[in-house]
Amino acid sequence: MEIVNANSASLSNLEVFKHLQKIKDSKRKHRGQLATITYETIRYLENTPCADETNESVKECLKALAPFNLNKTEMLMMINSPPITALEIQLMVEESEERLTEEQVQEILEIIVRYFPYVVMKEADEEDNESQE
Amino acid sequence: MFLLAEMKNVTRILPEQFHMKLNDAIAGELNEKLANKVVLNVGLCIALYDILSLQESYIFPGDGASHTRVKFRFIVFRPFIEEILVGRIRSCSQEGVHVTLGFFEDIVIPPTALQHPSRFDENEQAWVWEYDTGDGNKHDLFMDAGEIIRFRVTAETFNETCPAGPSSMQETQESNENKIPYLLTGSINEPGLGLLSWWKNM
Repeated sequence: MEIVNANSASLSNLEVFKHLQKIKDSKRKHRGQLATITYETIRYLENTPCADETNESVKECLKALAPFNLNKTEMLMMINSPPITALEIQLMVEESEERLTEEQVQEILEIIVRYFPYVVMKEADEEDNESQE
Repeated sequence: MFLLAEMKNVTRILPEQFHMKLNDAIAGELNEKLANKVVLNVGLCIALYDILSLQESYIFPGDGASHTRVKFRFIVFRPFIEEILVGRIRSCSQEGVHVTLGFFEDIVIPPTALQHPSRFDENEQAWVWEYDTGDGNKHDLFMDAGEIIRFRVTAETFNETCPAGPSSMQETQESNENKIPYLLTGSINEPGLGLLSWWKNM
């Protein structure tokens, strides 16, 4: 076996999730460890925000984020784990304090809420559960 | 955290699979060979993404199987350095905090990369962040197994684990057992990193 290119493209969690689900749903019998790794990876991914994303919401969100001059990996992180606080944006974006104004950070958070509303809803749910306990 | 790796291979298809479509037979063969395996300097292989090209198949004298040159792309788990990931704490030890993603378990956050100041609690077998509340008091924040944790990937280490010759068999077997083919090192010593519950109400 020969590696032509170890990194020919990046995939978002959503793309991987969809592809693995197709494999899982195909009736064919899988030999080796394919079934194990698909099952485990799907189990991880279905607990991440990507389970509620759609191709359209991701595309639209990327378009909306374009004016902020984020690089490719930063965009990818925004899609894979949409930030809901300014602190999370600070973690994802290198030197965010110099590159983004406070208003821009707020704008990004609003964009995320617009395209991935369930991220915020889920967070609220969890807090409810905790207070009940 | 996932990417596509482009690879080439000559795939051998046994006669008993000749009733299948060539594409399906090769896809099955590649998945069996690579799924859930670490390829050196590539990452953890998850599943075949697509086949880019197939060349003519050959049959060699003395072998009933067909051999086909194939170019394909595989889904690989390999987070980039500086990526922020979310996982679950598997266990704590003197070496640091061990984190799992479910399908990948070899992630360690060394003691020097924990929130400062942290100590290891021998009774609870857990790391504790001695959070300074600002009025001279300390608040102990435990990092128990099973908790959800957000961390930054700071380094990756690939180890060759191929079998060695018979002369050094015994010692290599022992060292191979402890060898981790693909190890990620993480850090949580920034605000916003660590257990998700620490930062909930910010």
